[in-house]
Amino acid sequence: MVHPTVRAIAIDFSLFNDLFCIDPAFLAGHRGGSVFKPEITRRTMAKSIPDAAVVELDRSWSALMIAAQAGDSAAYEELLRECVPYIKNVARRRNIAGDRTDDVVQDVLLTIHRARHTYDPSRSFTAWLRVITDRRAIDLVRRTLRQERREVHAPFAFENHADETADPARGIAHADETTTVSRVLEALPMKQREAVQYLVLEEHSLADTAALTQRSKVSLKVNLHRALKALRGRLERAE
Amino acid sequence: MGMSSDNGSAHEHLIRDLASGLEPVGRLRPPTVRALGWLAVVAIVALALARFADLPALESRLSASPDMWLAVTGAIMTAVLAALAAFQLSLPDANRAWALLPLPAALLWVIASGIGCLRAWLVPGAHVAELNEARDCLMFIIGVSIPLSGLMFVMLRRACSLQPGLTAAIGGLATAAAAATLLNFFHPFDAAATDLAVHACAVALVIVANWAFSGRLLGIAS
Repeated sequence: MVHPTVRAIAIDFSLFNDLFCIDPAFLAGHRGGSVFKPEITRRTMAKSIPDAAVVELDRSWSALMIAAQAGDSAAYEELLRECVPYIKNVARRRNIAGDRTDDVVQDVLLTIHRARHTYDPSRSFTAWLRVITDRRAIDLVRRTLRQERREVHAPFAFENHADETADPARGIAHADETTTVSRVLEALPMKQREAVQYLVLEEHSLADTAALTQRSKVSLKVNLHRALKALRGRLERAE
Repeated sequence: MGMSSDNGSAHEHLIRDLASGLEPVGRLRPPTVRALGWLAVVAIVALALARFADLPALESRLSASPDMWLAVTGAIMTAVLAALAAFQLSLPDANRAWALLPLPAALLWVIASGIGCLRAWLVPGAHVAELNEARDCLMFIIGVSIPLSGLMFVMLRRACSLQPGLTAAIGGLATAAAAATLLNFFHPFDAAATDLAVHACAVALVIVANWAFSGRLLGIAS
């Protein structure tokens, strides 16, 4: 489905990066406005990007999208996967912080999915994707700014803030229970104590515990059963 | 969302989820065709209302004062161009500049209505709309705009607008202008200052209401 030239571009990462620096406005018939920075365009002119390769890439993505519109899930999966680096690049150019570019990628992938029926094959797919990515990136910036206006980052204040629902008596009772369980556990035979320690407290699997303790699974099960029975009896007596 | 940057696998999961069970989709018709569809419905409503209107009175009124022709032409052009702009803006890759398309026609509509208003003020004995007439105008514009806006929203939702507020506001301008055009069937006098203010309020109300519902009706959940 993918043109051989496109595969070559995907392997040559530096060329792939250069492709993303171009202003796709020259691609035929885009609807979007002039959202590209002038310096990017100047850089493109200086580097003399191979226009044929860019057009070929656009044509390939457009073909994949047409197939996706017809219900070809393999073509759609391939298209979305190929779009991810492009979306990240556009998001970075919008000054989206590194840890937020993945949010933009996910927003854009979901938008492509919802808006895939609006893509007109007579127009450039790259220009279509670029405008969508720009819009979603701007939306994210706005959301972040709104969030920052409402919230403050104060980890010390958060840590020092008293929990009004906390019950000090409950904490003491919990500590007492923990001490009692620990005391009763220590009184168990070593094999039973190991079974409780690994299987219950540390939540290891039966196979892992067998490997750790060099004992058979059956033996561990028997020891765990006996340990729990003994613990139950001793805790009832302790109460 | 708040994801970490090392999120290739998260994207992979999402991509696989989106691609699995992908259904074929019908391609959206061009915005011009969809706008013409909405305008055809408005034309049908106009034909229906024309049966109840006093058409000879309307004709004599329009022929007596050319500025009324301009006002009606401005309103019709605003409705047509705003509908076209709204359907263009509903596309995810639409250029915001489409919002400027109906503005010259809207300007013509406002200026021509203002001239009519001035004449009603200067000419002695001219009919000036009373309060109940002005209230009727308000109710007519809002009453006609509600179903037209509803239809507009249903049609705009098919596209996937990434600027829902602007799209809905321009759609609101189209419906309000269409309603104001239809009002001419039942408005056999020049708009006086109060009447013009009521018309402007009704148009503004429709636009603001459309804008207010845009997030819920046209917005994409992020």
